Amino acid sequence: MLLIPCPDCGVRPENEFQCLGEAVTSRPEPATLDDAQWAGYIHERANRRGQHVERWWHFACCGMIFALSRDTLTHAVSANAQDAWR
Amino acid sequence: MSARRVAGGSAIDRSREIAFTFDRRPFRGYAGDTLASALLAQDELLIARSFKLHRPRGVFGAGYDDAVMVDRLAPRPAANQLATVTAIEDGAAYRSVSTFPDASRDLGALAQFFAPLLPAGFYYKTFMRPNWRLFEPFVRAAAGLGSVPQEAWRPVCESRFGDCELLIAGAGPAGLAAALTAAQAGAETILVDDGDEPGGRLSIDCADATGWVNGLSQAFTSLPNLKILRRSTVWALHEHNLLAVLERAPRDGAGLDFRNWKIRARQVLVATGAHERGLLFADNDRPGIMLASAARSHLMRHGVLCGERILVCTNNDSAYGAAVTLAAAGADVAIVDTRSAPAQSCLDAAKDSGVDVLPGSRIVAARGRRRVSGADIMLADGRSRRIACDLIAVSGGWNPAYHLASQSRRATSVWNDEISSFVARCETDAPLRVAGAAAGVFAASDCAADGAEAARSALLALGRTVDPAPPPELADAFVAQSVAPSWPQPGKVRGKTFVDLSGDVTTADLALALREGYDSIELVKRYTTAGMGVDQGKTGNVNVIGVVAAMAGKSVDAVGVTTFRPPYAPVEFGAIAGQRRGARLYPWRHTPLTRWHLANGAVMYEAGLRWQRPGYYSKPGENWEAAAQREARAVREAVGVYDGAPLGKLLIKGPDAAALLDLVYVGDFGKLRPGRGKYGVMMSDDGLVLDDGVTFRLNDREWLLHASTGAADRVYAHLEQVLQIHRPHWRVSVIPVTSQWANVAICGPRAREALACLDPDFDISRDALPFMGMAEGRLGDIPVRVFRVSWTGEASFELNTPARHAEELWRRVMTAGAPFGIAPVGSEANHILRVEAGYISIGHEVDGTADVYDLGLGAIVSRNKTDFIGKRAMEIRRRTDPVRPELVGFLPDDPQRKIPEGAPIVPIGGTDQEGFVSACVASVALGRVVALGLLRDGRARRGQTVHAHVRGETIALRVVDPVFHDADRQRVKS
Repeated sequence: MLLIPCPDCGVRPENEFQCLGEAVTSRPEPATLDDAQWAGYIHERANRRGQHVERWWHFACCGMIFALSRDTLTHAVSANAQDAWR
Repeated sequence: MSARRVAGGSAIDRSREIAFTFDRRPFRGYAGDTLASALLAQDELLIARSFKLHRPRGVFGAGYDDAVMVDRLAPRPAANQLATVTAIEDGAAYRSVSTFPDASRDLGALAQFFAPLLPAGFYYKTFMRPNWRLFEPFVRAAAGLGSVPQEAWRPVCESRFGDCELLIAGAGPAGLAAALTAAQAGAETILVDDGDEPGGRLSIDCADATGWVNGLSQAFTSLPNLKILRRSTVWALHEHNLLAVLERAPRDGAGLDFRNWKIRARQVLVATGAHERGLLFADNDRPGIMLASAARSHLMRHGVLCGERILVCTNNDSAYGAAVTLAAAGADVAIVDTRSAPAQSCLDAAKDSGVDVLPGSRIVAARGRRRVSGADIMLADGRSRRIACDLIAVSGGWNPAYHLASQSRRATSVWNDEISSFVARCETDAPLRVAGAAAGVFAASDCAADGAEAARSALLALGRTVDPAPPPELADAFVAQSVAPSWPQPGKVRGKTFVDLSGDVTTADLALALREGYDSIELVKRYTTAGMGVDQGKTGNVNVIGVVAAMAGKSVDAVGVTTFRPPYAPVEFGAIAGQRRGARLYPWRHTPLTRWHLANGAVMYEAGLRWQRPGYYSKPGENWEAAAQREARAVREAVGVYDGAPLGKLLIKGPDAAALLDLVYVGDFGKLRPGRGKYGVMMSDDGLVLDDGVTFRLNDREWLLHASTGAADRVYAHLEQVLQIHRPHWRVSVIPVTSQWANVAICGPRAREALACLDPDFDISRDALPFMGMAEGRLGDIPVRVFRVSWTGEASFELNTPARHAEELWRRVMTAGAPFGIAPVGSEANHILRVEAGYISIGHEVDGTADVYDLGLGAIVSRNKTDFIGKRAMEIRRRTDPVRPELVGFLPDDPQRKIPEGAPIVPIGGTDQEGFVSACVASVALGRVVALGLLRDGRARRGQTVHAHVRGETIALRVVDPVFHDADRQRVKS
């Protein structure tokens, strides 16, 4: 079980959170993308080996959704990925 | 007699005799004996049969390095207990695993004659025709898996959390020195050890360390920041240093069998020692062949000398210590050493103890079937010689037990030539270290120094500066340095050479795996099951890797290791669960009306998300179907009432609430007037339906969104994500209020009359309170909010009231409705009613593959909005593949034939499924069976006949409109 640093509540155990997957960019305007680009936004994820920016939802506590960077090999996490996704 | 009890034995108490039975025969032992040591003391060598071939087997190790399992019949019946760690108890009865009638006379031994039919992966090959299922029961019964007793023991277990700065796994010399270093520095420290007393192998291998260990044990009692867990095993190391620790029979827990700890440690020190490995020669699995370390352990701990004429076969120095000890206990000992020039210190020690050494020689084969009678030796000059003996003590080197470091995924396995085994190399910034024998440091005083230094380094990482505790002064001992491994090439040899005793894997199996192209060590493991048995390859793995390397002509390093996975040692499932069983693991949700339901004959169902709701109310002589029909008929003909409290309710507030609803729903919500509701369908951005429900606008700024019971959490998560990720600047909040409001739903043609009897202080006429309208007021003195929606196909009034008024409101409804024949209605009747009305249900028709048009709800899709979530993906999909599964009704040709929900629809003579039956009920409105389902291009196929397939039977169905009752919705709107 990971330890997740919530920006509001501090370090808490993983079972207070739900992982929402890779932190893709905020939802684009549909009209600005062609079909293939839209499909990419919906379905394509990098699934990186190594540094991976992902979203976590602190559903059992403060309710905040935030991004953090996790190394998928070592599980080392850092909470300073806030601006990477908005 | 050959194995016998002699003097000594640090673990046993000779004043307490213990009687037990094994395979129905009586045996005796002493308190402190393991089942293995007690049987050995009475020269009972053959106590098990091997996993696959049912070969005679005996004790090979002295702890978790062994693989002999027994079933305990009494007390506390349990399957698969490890004989080398099971403490005997007075009156206990044990039985060998998967033998008939017992281990000694096992008929399953016939399997050995079929050995050529049972190579590695045999179940993929030999039993393919006609069908593996035919053979499976016999193969399973024969395999050494034990049998769970009928009246299985349910151990009393608890879970506990812990945390510390430094957790030290193992209390051998390294762990003890580390614990002293850390505890004296003031660090919160936990020392975990699987023994009753600390010391690890010191009490076996280093008699002169006793004073040091006792001194430390004394010192530890005055260190409050040091916690010691005895009889405890760290069985897993998970990410971020979460350790699972199993504590057996905790002294501070009366009646407790196991306590499973989850401990979060800032730093971990793995000081778990090493396991000796065996040697490879023909028939190296016979009873009477044992690790040299195990023979020494049984002698020193239990006072059992396992043979009178002992042949010690080794390729390293460590076995000389065992040989000298065994000789001193009175055995006639000889050493066969593969090295032509063992160290002079070894030869001198052997000579002093009267032990003959045969340098440069090696064991080729064991003699004897049911127990060892001798060994064939290849001498240094190439001649063969047969030596009679009753115990072969083997040492093929030592494997550091760095399993926990490997489980962390922050350490790599590196080959070390000096000890001929793998050691862990931890990442420099990883919060764990390996020390002592687990790191390949074998001499006891070196281990202590290594452990103290590792503790110093771990504490430094925590910001504490300390001096490492000084190591004890101990005499030099024989350790497994300068190992000369030899891994045989494949070739014609007599007998079988086992590399993994618990999985019954031979060198021939490894050769077969390589021959068939399984050239990666991970594939070899899975194909042959080497390392997958109960000991998880503790003694065998390095030999497997060595043999594969020799056969493939690679270096051992190039072959590499398989991944270590938890658990390190066997763990009872019950211990993992602890007290979290059933509702304590996953609690039920109850509405405020549960008490009333149960008192009135309700049979409760789960309605989704663990909500308990009545399935039906049973009356004497009624089965569930009759009850559901009666309840549904009451709704169609008069009035019924159901408990709608589990329905998901989300309060949406803020100036941007309407914008949120317009984004997540396919329809238009922004223009909805206060006091009105609208049915909506919500999709995810992949264009598939997520949920449906009615949302009311309570006032200018507040909305109440209804979500399906089972989808309520999902919908809440969806809205939170939309708001926090995609529209963080919007001013709107979503508040789950499901449990705050009870929901008493009155429905049926006489529902309004019943409501009128409840003394409403508001107008309930059709004009004032129409379908999709709402009202707020009081029924007598009870505050309510009434929503006009319908999930039954009849006029419905959903009376929402704060949860504390629920039971009183329900009672009044039952009284007021009595003259009209009101019936409480369960989910079985609800199901009939909604299918007749053609209303979709999440999880039935909405299965994660349908969009809003597929479900026949295209009319609610906004023509005005340029965007809503799911729009773009749905349009792309419909444009590129216009033939879609569509919601239709089905009428079976046989009007009484029910079809199981989920039945596939396949054309006669075809193979491609074209749809499925999503719901099927006996309709009270039509007096016949009706069904809903999704069918490819279904709406265009109304009037056609399709076929559902149920267990080989074909059922003809006519495709019709998916509404069987009140098609123009006049009753709903009345």
